[in-house]
Amino acid sequence: MQIHRKILKESNKLKVLILGIFLFAAIGIYAQDTIKAKVYTNREDNAKCLKCHGQHKFSMTSADQKVFTYKMPSDYVIDTAAYAVSNHWNFKCIDCHTDEYAVTPHNQTLRFQTISTCMDCHGGDAQFAKYNFEKIESEFQLSVHSSRHNAEFNCWSCHDAHTYKINARNKEQSVTKTVAYDNAICLSCHANFDKYQLIRDTVNPNVIAKHDWLPNQLNHFQKVRCIECHALYNDSTLVSHQIMPKIKAVKNCVQCHSSNSILLKTLYKYQVEESRKKQGFLNSSMLSELYVVGANKNIYMNIVSIVIVVLTLLAITVHIFFRNKK
Amino acid sequence: MAQKIFLYPAWIRFWHLLNALLCLLLIVTGLSMHYSNPGALVGFRVSVQVHNLSGIILSLNYLIFLVGNTITNNGVFYRFALKGMIDRLFKQFGYYTGGLFKGEKAPFPINESRKFNPLQQFTYGSIMYMAVPLVIISGFIMLYPELILPHFKGLIGVFLTDLIHITMGFFISVFLIIHVYFCTIGHTTISNFKSMINGWHEVH
Repeated sequence: MQIHRKILKESNKLKVLILGIFLFAAIGIYAQDTIKAKVYTNREDNAKCLKCHGQHKFSMTSADQKVFTYKMPSDYVIDTAAYAVSNHWNFKCIDCHTDEYAVTPHNQTLRFQTISTCMDCHGGDAQFAKYNFEKIESEFQLSVHSSRHNAEFNCWSCHDAHTYKINARNKEQSVTKTVAYDNAICLSCHANFDKYQLIRDTVNPNVIAKHDWLPNQLNHFQKVRCIECHALYNDSTLVSHQIMPKIKAVKNCVQCHSSNSILLKTLYKYQVEESRKKQGFLNSSMLSELYVVGANKNIYMNIVSIVIVVLTLLAITVHIFFRNKK
Repeated sequence: MAQKIFLYPAWIRFWHLLNALLCLLLIVTGLSMHYSNPGALVGFRVSVQVHNLSGIILSLNYLIFLVGNTITNNGVFYRFALKGMIDRLFKQFGYYTGGLFKGEKAPFPINESRKFNPLQQFTYGSIMYMAVPLVIISGFIMLYPELILPHFKGLIGVFLTDLIHITMGFFISVFLIIHVYFCTIGHTTISNFKSMINGWHEVH
């Protein structure tokens, strides 16, 4: 009887174990499904546009059924892979572009239509309040990009709506990658003669030569963004959009290389807000990816070094005292 | 009139004087960069330029030291036998912290065949053959940060290199303070300083 009861008890334990394994597996599968839950609801609609705009060539058929293949201008080619992982990944093309584009060949006058900018969708929307688009807009109005250029210079001149992906607030992304992403935006005009010529009649300045005063130039270009020195930072936006005239650009090393480094108010602002701290280090939020002479110091090492110097001087004083006493 | 022995030939005096001046410049500019803030006595950019240039000259000067110690017998004074070293170090330390005050004779008097006492041998040897090479190598790596491994064991390469550089720089600075003070322990307070100019050591 006792043996039978023991077998029953063991059998119950086994059932609980099997049930537990099934439950654990079910949660795992559910979790995986949740991660994969990104469903492209507008794939088919967008496919009609991307059939041509997703590649570097397109074809048209004439009335007599002759097929003509042309090269798609690079500005009209959408990087579909980048679009799929961008912030606007599930937008229909015609959410922003007029549905008149459904007719091919497109009516040439359509290109004169004004396309919505960030504020048209994000302005005044409580859901996007933390990004402070209103402040970004007012900063842009004060920036040289606004005052020195005509109305054609808008959000899309720098940010490609098709590939735009949040960077500075991306916890998964290294700051170095954010730097490369953001600097590529500036360099897309400032190091590209053709694009620069679209808005200026002058030859674009040579970025490398203009910054030859900067020690370890390559290191600076890889570790900090152009806007660290060229934009006026503020407290209300994470990434300043107020690009200053070149005469007002930061050229004083100590503004970054000091305890009160401006990098904490610009490039590392998000990390500072997230309070990524390492024990004992001054301005430690930078230390995960950057070491700035003058800005990063170990407080304990500083204290120990001062104590050693003081003790040395004290020992010398005592020694002098005994030498003079003899 | 103190007995004089010629211990410091011209090349040593030249190397030593240049080394001293460069060390002072490197310490001032190094501290200025480490504690960099607006309104600092020496500006950051000037500090970087002076520090880099002084570091390069100091490295070349170190070559003079190495070559000089190889082709002359000066290198012999830095060599010491490990056997009995601790006893000799303690004996010299005891003299500096006790015997000197009682007017006792130095346990290892300076002469033509012994330019340094055991404590000097140990500290000069450690500084010149360990701290200075490390500070030079880390300094050159800092001059070309793109050559540094971006990360090592989870820490930033530049940070680790600078840590070695400033730690060695700090030891050299503390050595300099002690070295200058101990130079006042001579026949007169300034006789050791004079000997590094004219080459003649006044026997204490």
